[in-house]
Amino acid sequence: MSDSVLLLTIFGLAMIVGFEIITKVPPTLHTPLMSGANAISGITIIGALVAAGHEETWLTVVLGVCAIAFATINVVGGFLVTHRMLSMFRKKG
Amino acid sequence: MPAELRNVIYFVAAAMFIFGIKGLTHPRTAVRGNMLGAGGMLLAIVVTLIDKEILGWQWIILGLVLGSSIGGYLGVKIQMTAMPQLVALFNGFGGAASALVGGAVMHELISKGESITTQGAVAIAATGLIGAVTFSGSMVAFAKLQELISGKPITHLGLKAANTALTLLGLGLAVMVVMNPQAAWAYWLLVVVMLGLGVLLVLPIGGADMPVVITLLNSYSGLAACATGFVLNNIVLIIAGSLVGASGLILTRIMCVAMNRSLTNVLFGVMAEVGDAPSADEIYAGKVKSTTPDEVAMLFDGARRVLIVPGYGMAVAQAQHAVRDLAGLLESRGIDVEFGIHPVAGRMPGHMNVLLAEADVPYDQLKEMDEVNSTMEQVDVVMVIGANDVVNPVARTDPSSPIAGMPIVDVDKARTVVVVKRSLSPGFAGIPNPLFAADNCLMMFGDGKKMVLELVGALKAG
Repeated sequence: MSDSVLLLTIFGLAMIVGFEIITKVPPTLHTPLMSGANAISGITIIGALVAAGHEETWLTVVLGVCAIAFATINVVGGFLVTHRMLSMFRKKG
Repeated sequence: MPAELRNVIYFVAAAMFIFGIKGLTHPRTAVRGNMLGAGGMLLAIVVTLIDKEILGWQWIILGLVLGSSIGGYLGVKIQMTAMPQLVALFNGFGGAASALVGGAVMHELISKGESITTQGAVAIAATGLIGAVTFSGSMVAFAKLQELISGKPITHLGLKAANTALTLLGLGLAVMVVMNPQAAWAYWLLVVVMLGLGVLLVLPIGGADMPVVITLLNSYSGLAACATGFVLNNIVLIIAGSLVGASGLILTRIMCVAMNRSLTNVLFGVMAEVGDAPSADEIYAGKVKSTTPDEVAMLFDGARRVLIVPGYGMAVAQAQHAVRDLAGLLESRGIDVEFGIHPVAGRMPGHMNVLLAEADVPYDQLKEMDEVNSTMEQVDVVMVIGANDVVNPVARTDPSSPIAGMPIVDVDKARTVVVVKRSLSPGFAGIPNPLFAADNCLMMFGDGKKMVLELVGALKAG
């Protein structure tokens, strides 16, 4: 199996797992689900770290640093605000 | 660190994301789930950083400090009423980060003189395509939600032609990137074209359709990260990105079903023209009964079951705390109080739930539309606060109406309905609501928060 097909398989399986779990998230938690998803989409920081860290040219460094900043906003802000919201849901009930 | 070990740890991080989202399936386990997700992220970042390929630290630290301070400030300070804007903003940042990484990787490979595989080139083009549209589209959505620009739907005949032209141009440039992966200019031109397309796509969409736009862009930001994963051959990016992509798609579907409109209709269509439907004057003339907080307080004296139906107006009036006080007061008198929440009430999925949770309303009191509809006949008093189209019985009765077939909260079937609203002005669909003229409906005209507070005062005095 070629690498591309392997990666596409992983992609397909992850989508299936995602559909299976997320359909079970109750509507009451849909907003935290979205902000949590924002935080997880910040995973692109992995690519940004590599791009900035290689220091290949000044251009890749600038692009990488900007990408790190954007992705970090998502990761830090996303997890924090989701935590704040979810704590409110836990207080009672 | 050997590549095998790194990949095993990436797999662990991906598994933590999956179990983290699984935690969100119940409010009790949700906090732990979110922390698990954050732990997975930390793990993935640390592994990447201690990898030997990283040469320069100062730039990385600059980016991390900058991002953490802005993200931390937003995460801690943001008002709960502003959540739709914040999610829109984060959607955009996710897309931007992916598009920038795609460009950076392309430049690095070109500078090293390495050849770019077909998979790499396709993935780079996809990253630029999705990432750029997500960024600009989200910025427009943010501006609309923050009311920096008008939330009204804009329709212009030229828009459709312009969208088609930009889409074709973008696809052409994407093909060019794939055919000649050394052409960095084609990538950046692609990004510019897609930035323009994102603006034009979201600009025409009106405020009440924002839930669909936000969920769709949420999905795109995940798919952009996923495409970046294909650029870097990195499984944790692919898995995390697909989870977000799947989540956004599911929510988009739920929102479309709740409006009984197809996705293409929301994105490109205009609300159907109002046909020969009776005008507002014909429906309302002489039949609308206005009431006062004192009268409504007396109404509650004989009530055993009360249902509160909030809408976007409750968020605008910041009335959630007053509503909580009202619910608490009624409960202390032995009245059964529940909240009936329409899936598209507000500007994003779950918007009402978060506002009410912020005001300390227990989540088990928040009921879904189908659940409250099944027992609507037994409800003594319904309080509709700042909602309009989602309680318009025309959706059930008039097949020619623009909202025909949209599932609604059947408040008209309750014994008495009290509607708190500023005026008789129509909702987003632009049609009159016969509910307001129904025999069992009383209108309490005024600002949501002010009227509910006066009602609480009247109840305490009475």
